[in-house]
Amino acid sequence: MELKDLIKPENLVYSKSALLEDVPMHYCPGCSHGVVHKVLAELIEEMGLQEKTVGVAPVGCSVFAYNYIDIDWQEAAHGRAPAVATGIVRVNPDKFVFTYQGDGDLASIGTAEIMHACNRGENILVIFINNGIYGMTGGQMAPTTLEGMVTSTTPFGRNVDLNGYPLKITELIAQLPGTSYVTRQSVETPGAVRKCKKAIKKAIDNVLAKKGTSFVEVVSTCNSGWKMTPVDANHWMQENMFPFYPLGDMKDSVKGDNNAKN
Amino acid sequence: MAEYKLMKGNEVLAEAAIRCGCDGYFGYPITPQSEVMETLMARQPWTETGMVVLQAESEVAAINMVYGAAGSGKKVMTSSSSPGISLMSEGISYIAGAELPCLIVNVQRGGPGLGTIQPSQADYFQTVKGGGHGDYRLIVLAPSSVQEMNDFVGLGFELAFKYRNPAMILTDGALGQMMEKVKLSDYQPRWTKEEIEEKWGSWATTGKTATRKKNIVTSLEMDPGRMEQNNIRFQKKFSEIEENEVRYEAIQCDDAEYILVAFGTSSRVCQKSVELARAKGLKVGLLRPITLYPFPKKAIKELARKVKGFLSVEMSAGQMVEDIKLAVYEAGSTVRVNHFGRMGGIIPTPEEVVEALEEKFSWELSYGVKRSY
Amino acid sequence: MAKVRGAVVVDNEECKGCGLCVEACPHDVLRLNREVNSRGYHYSYMENPGNCIGCSNCGVVCPDTCITIYRMKVE
Repeated sequence: MELKDLIKPENLVYSKSALLEDVPMHYCPGCSHGVVHKVLAELIEEMGLQEKTVGVAPVGCSVFAYNYIDIDWQEAAHGRAPAVATGIVRVNPDKFVFTYQGDGDLASIGTAEIMHACNRGENILVIFINNGIYGMTGGQMAPTTLEGMVTSTTPFGRNVDLNGYPLKITELIAQLPGTSYVTRQSVETPGAVRKCKKAIKKAIDNVLAKKGTSFVEVVSTCNSGWKMTPVDANHWMQENMFPFYPLGDMKDSVKGDNNAKN
Repeated sequence: MAEYKLMKGNEVLAEAAIRCGCDGYFGYPITPQSEVMETLMARQPWTETGMVVLQAESEVAAINMVYGAAGSGKKVMTSSSSPGISLMSEGISYIAGAELPCLIVNVQRGGPGLGTIQPSQADYFQTVKGGGHGDYRLIVLAPSSVQEMNDFVGLGFELAFKYRNPAMILTDGALGQMMEKVKLSDYQPRWTKEEIEEKWGSWATTGKTATRKKNIVTSLEMDPGRMEQNNIRFQKKFSEIEENEVRYEAIQCDDAEYILVAFGTSSRVCQKSVELARAKGLKVGLLRPITLYPFPKKAIKELARKVKGFLSVEMSAGQMVEDIKLAVYEAGSTVRVNHFGRMGGIIPTPEEVVEALEEKFSWELSYGVKRSY
Repeated sequence: MAKVRGAVVVDNEECKGCGLCVEACPHDVLRLNREVNSRGYHYSYMENPGNCIGCSNCGVVCPDTCITIYRMKVE
């Protein structure tokens, strides 16, 4: 059988979401951002949410997220995406609003905003990309950088006496009664991507049902910042990041439920 | 039927917001303006007009909530006092950069730092010359009565949306706490979803439909050539504002030889100073800028050609005085421009102002002014 | 017995040659090309097209969404 007999529209099983713009992403080869963008675009398309959705982009590598998904977007100041999303959703309660933030944005400069948005139980989805490093500015230490991990501002490894400890912010978020669904996912294998997509789908369903804030952390790679090949970065993440940032659901409930399994 | 009430300046800001069809208020408590949010929370406008009121976790969050809500085409505002406005300055720069309309109120207190909680006008530079980073301007309205506190809420929104630029009411703790009779505005309905889409659908994040391209609210542009074009567009807008939106009040300026220039609370003091000075035989007038940006440069230039001197009366070390000097210089006039002010939360007395005028212009009062043109 | 055949079409210009699809493929179909595209990346291609069952794993992990997948049953 010839390939040309196979490559026909009726045999199509996987293609780019119509909501993903026809522009090459600026991310480095193998960057997890592209996969998470794709999953989001697919879900917004499959769930018919394009007209309802407003995305809030952060400052960091994904500052240009608004160039890639065909929905309305707002670009927030560094760390302020949850406040911007709060503003949008409070005066537009019928909209589906999400923030897309990295670890520097969410867990460092924007710690107050994310804590309080989650604590108020804003009906928004938060996508939190945790790769333990500042990608855009050239690989500096992030609050989530592992102990001993080498970055450009911890060239001899993160020393907890000097730099403090890696911050498990998702575990803190899961304690807040305003949240409904808090989970930690990854996207390094086909199985992980499919699982992550299910988790984000559930998070969106919760937001649409006004159950409170849904928070999805995606443990990710930054192969450029980590100075590894994309494939090696995935293995390094599995061996080093997952033991400290274990995958799985941390809370699955509704806003106001303080007896939820944490 | 017009509705009259005796109200505090801060309370009337809240009342005016509800009545002008404001969609949301995001704020953080700070003296001397906490009554704005307290009044709103007690009035519960969400049950009446649907207006949202939210106490944010900080001024930083509050101004970014304003950014988000304004980015969706809604009529939203915040209020704070000097230290809080400093915290908001980052967000204000982003709002100006993203060309979003909103209203910000600064009920000033004495500074720098935590300073005092008493009235001051020392945020003139911050408000009129920038505050945040980058080449932007705020449309600045300076009320001098509780009535104007009411009126400028609607006017501020009108100008903000007309030019897609943040507007600020620059007032102070005295006007915020002062009670006066005020004629309340009539109720205006909030814009409907359809009205917002029709008016602001070209830029606001109202949700991407099949009939239009996606809207992106951002102040970011990586290409310096395009960023320069954005700045050129902003500057064009500011020129239009300077051309069309200057507002001021001239009190007894026609025959005046000396002009007091003052805004807000200090202009109220100066009204009395004009009376006292005239009783002493001094021909003194008062020019009260209502818009601090755009500054009433033309009015000052015209006066500069006929008067003997200007005294800028401010509750600061002298900030607006620089803009008066610039206008006088541009008029080609050599009359002197002096400043008199009290700082740290002290309001000058009318007598102090007259004394300062006599002292600072003693030369002119004794020998007159020689004009070379 | 019905057999499943698949095919992978890589947008050579969009591919950044990260190699995640090669790693994700359970049937050793993909490789990175010795040639580079106009942006200098060793784009991926089907080295062993006969092995492909159209499982979509390569497409799912592709960060640049430059993989389209076809699949059909053959007798």
